Amino acid sequence: MPTLTAAKKSPRLAARSGRPAPELIFGDLWEFDPAPESADPKLKARYELFIDGKFVAPKGGKYFDSINPANEQKLAEIALAGPADVDAAYAAARRAYDGGWGKMPGRERAKYLYRIARLLQDRAREFAVAETLDGGKPIKESRDFDVPMAAAHFFYHAGWADKLDYVAPGRKVAPLGVVGQVIPWNFPLLMCAWKLAPALAMGNTVVLKPAETTSITALKLAEIFQDAGLPPGVVNFVTGAGEVGAAVMNHATPAKIAFTGSTEVGKIIMRGLAGTDKKMTMELGGKAANIVFDDAPLDQAVEGIVNGIFFNQGHVCCAGSRLLVQESVAGKVLAKLKNRIRTLRVGDPLDKNTDIGAINSREQLDKITALVAAGVKEGGGMFQSPCTLPTKGFYFRPTLFSGVSMSSTVAREEIFGPVLSILTFRTVDEAIEKANNTAYGLSAGVWTDKGSRILKMSTELKAGVVWANTYNKFDPTSPFGGYKESGFGREGGRQGLLDYCKLV
Amino acid sequence: MLARSPQAALQRLFDEVGSVDQVGIEERVAKYGTRSIKKGAKIWGLKTAVSMVDLTTLEGKDTPGKVASLCQKALQPHDAELGVPQVAAVCVYPAMVKHARKALGSDTAVRIASVATAFPSGQAPLKTRLAEVKAAVADGADEIDMVINRGAFLAGEFGEVQDEIAAVVTACGDATLKVILEVSELETYDNIRAASFLAMRVIRPGDFIKTSTGKTSLNATLGNNQVMLEAIRDFYLDTGIPIAMKPAGGIRTAKQALTFLVAVKETLGDAWLNNNRYRFGASSLLNDLVRQLEKEKTGAYQAPYYFSEAAESY
Amino acid sequence: MPRLPITKTPKVYVGGAFIRSESARVFPLKDASGEFFANIPQCTRKDLRNAVEAAAKAGPGWAKRTAYNRGQILYRLGEMIEARAGEMADAITLGGATPAAAAREVAATVDRLIYYAGWTDKYEQVLGNVNPVAAPYFNFTVTEPMGIIGVIAPDASPLLALISLIAPAITSGNTVVALASTTQPYPAIVLGEMLATSDLPGGVVNLLTGFRKEMISTFATHTHLRAISAVVNAEERKALALGAADSVKRTHLLKAEEKHDWFADTAQSVYAIRDTLEFKTTWHPVGA
Repeated sequence: MPTLTAAKKSPRLAARSGRPAPELIFGDLWEFDPAPESADPKLKARYELFIDGKFVAPKGGKYFDSINPANEQKLAEIALAGPADVDAAYAAARRAYDGGWGKMPGRERAKYLYRIARLLQDRAREFAVAETLDGGKPIKESRDFDVPMAAAHFFYHAGWADKLDYVAPGRKVAPLGVVGQVIPWNFPLLMCAWKLAPALAMGNTVVLKPAETTSITALKLAEIFQDAGLPPGVVNFVTGAGEVGAAVMNHATPAKIAFTGSTEVGKIIMRGLAGTDKKMTMELGGKAANIVFDDAPLDQAVEGIVNGIFFNQGHVCCAGSRLLVQESVAGKVLAKLKNRIRTLRVGDPLDKNTDIGAINSREQLDKITALVAAGVKEGGGMFQSPCTLPTKGFYFRPTLFSGVSMSSTVAREEIFGPVLSILTFRTVDEAIEKANNTAYGLSAGVWTDKGSRILKMSTELKAGVVWANTYNKFDPTSPFGGYKESGFGREGGRQGLLDYCKLV
Repeated sequence: MLARSPQAALQRLFDEVGSVDQVGIEERVAKYGTRSIKKGAKIWGLKTAVSMVDLTTLEGKDTPGKVASLCQKALQPHDAELGVPQVAAVCVYPAMVKHARKALGSDTAVRIASVATAFPSGQAPLKTRLAEVKAAVADGADEIDMVINRGAFLAGEFGEVQDEIAAVVTACGDATLKVILEVSELETYDNIRAASFLAMRVIRPGDFIKTSTGKTSLNATLGNNQVMLEAIRDFYLDTGIPIAMKPAGGIRTAKQALTFLVAVKETLGDAWLNNNRYRFGASSLLNDLVRQLEKEKTGAYQAPYYFSEAAESY
Repeated sequence: MPRLPITKTPKVYVGGAFIRSESARVFPLKDASGEFFANIPQCTRKDLRNAVEAAAKAGPGWAKRTAYNRGQILYRLGEMIEARAGEMADAITLGGATPAAAAREVAATVDRLIYYAGWTDKYEQVLGNVNPVAAPYFNFTVTEPMGIIGVIAPDASPLLALISLIAPAITSGNTVVALASTTQPYPAIVLGEMLATSDLPGGVVNLLTGFRKEMISTFATHTHLRAISAVVNAEERKALALGAADSVKRTHLLKAEEKHDWFADTAQSVYAIRDTLEFKTTWHPVGA
């Protein structure tokens, strides 16, 4: 217990007169007790495919385990879809489309989507716990971001369903038909909502494949579809790994394919679809520059840098993984950043105080580890948070590389983990050139107090989303998607709807 | 130094200390509120918060009797068996200092703070304000809570603001000084940050900067607390001089106090988690802290009438 | 003896200059009656590469022009064609069109340019958005040109189709490398001469003539081409889509096997402009 002692009346200290540099102590004086979220995720031991409004066993009878990356324990087993199951899913989607979903009055379609949004809000905490268990993300993110944002996407798009005349001024729009979608493991439920809500609002029906490590919340969402009375076949979930994804993407039925994932896989899908005349939306990788000028509000910039790269363990396609900081403040920013990283709490994703949770899979952990090793080998100055990591499960320390050059591996490759590369620049033009010197173009950040410079940077940066004096912000009304090899098409807002319709 | 005169240097104050983004800092502090403080950590936090309270009464109707009862509560906030520490200080008007001293005696760890300098407006001649400070110290005040000249600050007369603070430092003698910025009148976070630096550059290690008088509509918030903590951190890392912090007004619940302490822990670290470096200017807060400690001990939620009345100024 | 006329040597218009193919190859063009008319440059992959470089050079300046200025330049191009409508119609009749049909195609081409000239400072207001996000941010979506667009024109309506593919791309500040109809390249040759006398900066539109089969794989795989607008057959669509995958290129491929009425109102649209736009969303906090 601290006690009061007489305040020292020493004369004003001369700044740094031969004393060691002052340091802050982020120790264990006030250590937080564990605060695990206790809500019941209501998991089933086994999850079947969701086809034609029903949970059905895979025709091949095979299942695979979904594990909790925080402790490597099995959570549930998930049905492994085969080609026949994918056929059945598409057949159901086709029937549902022809059977009336596409022709239903928009105001009625809207009501289903509104119901889904409300039912998801009702069960928000349950879904948050399930998401955290399955994917490893901190409960505070699944609780405060993923689940409410997923519900918001359904709610926002619901309202569009009867207002489609306003989507494309001057033209009428019509649904495309059946849509095939494949989503990644970094925001399992939210990506589901991003993909489904605009497709359904427009009157399409869907076959969607969640990522194999994170299928559970999609299948829980299917329970909500049943509770909402969504007509059978409007949404069908097939689960499994890459080969199931390929079957979904390459099937003859869908008029459109939407994919979120790596650029590498996106290119494979594009090749597979060459010659089919199918519409596509590709939301692929990124290597975003987060640019800090010397006049920026530095503490908020540091917050934005932290949020930019450590949000969701850095498993974010738009992560601000390249920090470009103006030389004159590079030292200051790095010092602030290190102090801030020392206060980040890495550990049990279910603990409400955890800032950085578990890496999604061993495979991803190995990839991050290898890329960081390459960064060290190439001579980058590495700093890692001194935090202690749990002994079981997949974890990686928040990591900085300073003094990185544009050509180094960690500055060019998408790491998809909590690893930040720090580069410096001197002038506005140099910042723009370095920021754009990549095949990616998903997002960028810029931090400065000067309004005209923000607009200049925002104009010059080749990226689909520019966060000025903020980072990693999302909203159902705000279109998201990339330039260049980060993909094409937008998700969210009026722009996103245009990718799920044809002009008539 | 580029500036040709101290005055010119002060004109560049804002450029020098940098800006604050309002939305960004408010998002940052909102995250403190999501920290879940349980069990032992909660008890430690609650007790630490009690030890940081400047138990305050600042009313026109204050009497020696009221001050005496406040002092009793400061010395023993609740049943001894609960193990609640004494508060850091009582905070009273200058005219009440001698009554507080009488009630507390001279052999006590509880300090007497007094709001001098024509509190809360500060609108009195400097000579009068300095005389008030000296009188309060002579009557036994250990700490002086002064208000800055907001009018001069907003008029850009930074030199005048700083010179007045320096004059009060001198008038304090051995007493600790707390410089009230009155953040609601400075309005923007940029102003709060600049004013913090203006004060820190002339006060002594262990002196405080403080948010508010408690007499305006908006008092301590997590946002302005954070701006001042970050200013203290930057000043400390730059100069090695540790400045203390006191949010005042508006902190009424234990939950709020714990959230403010999380801000301290994550911004300034362990060295500021004590009552030499951090205080709460509050009155009703103390009862809620004690009430929550009782609840932690017994497991039962507590009715308010189990706890002795506290002054209700702010 | 009657005076022997001076015949024109057809050259392609690339980077604001009239050039022969770097390969020095040509192919003979015959008129409707089967008589030799002229030798047309048989451009190569290298010519395409050079044209992309010219387009890259011209791009930033063109994109930075004000929308008002781009509108006036497109209008000026319309003026240039209108003023030399007869010459252009003659170039079209070379392929067998009747004089009336050719005149109609020229008129429609001019009208199409005027249509897009009017869009330059309006499409942003129709296609962009301010988005009401649920947080204290000002959030807006604006469009930007994609960069260099590859155009492959059909044989039917050789001038009107070519312009219908080029105009929406340059309206927003893209630059274009276009391959003209193989069977009817001559209108593109004349168009180059009219582009040169408009105020369109050199390199914004680059016109190539030659054979698709020699250039299609380069259109597909050149990573600096950010999108392809083309009227192509199934085999060519597949080749373009395969190559596009390598650099995640955008493709807008109309089927050559379907009939397209380039004269119809539906052949011009703000959504054709949209096809060669990127959408950029910017967030900024609202605070004091």
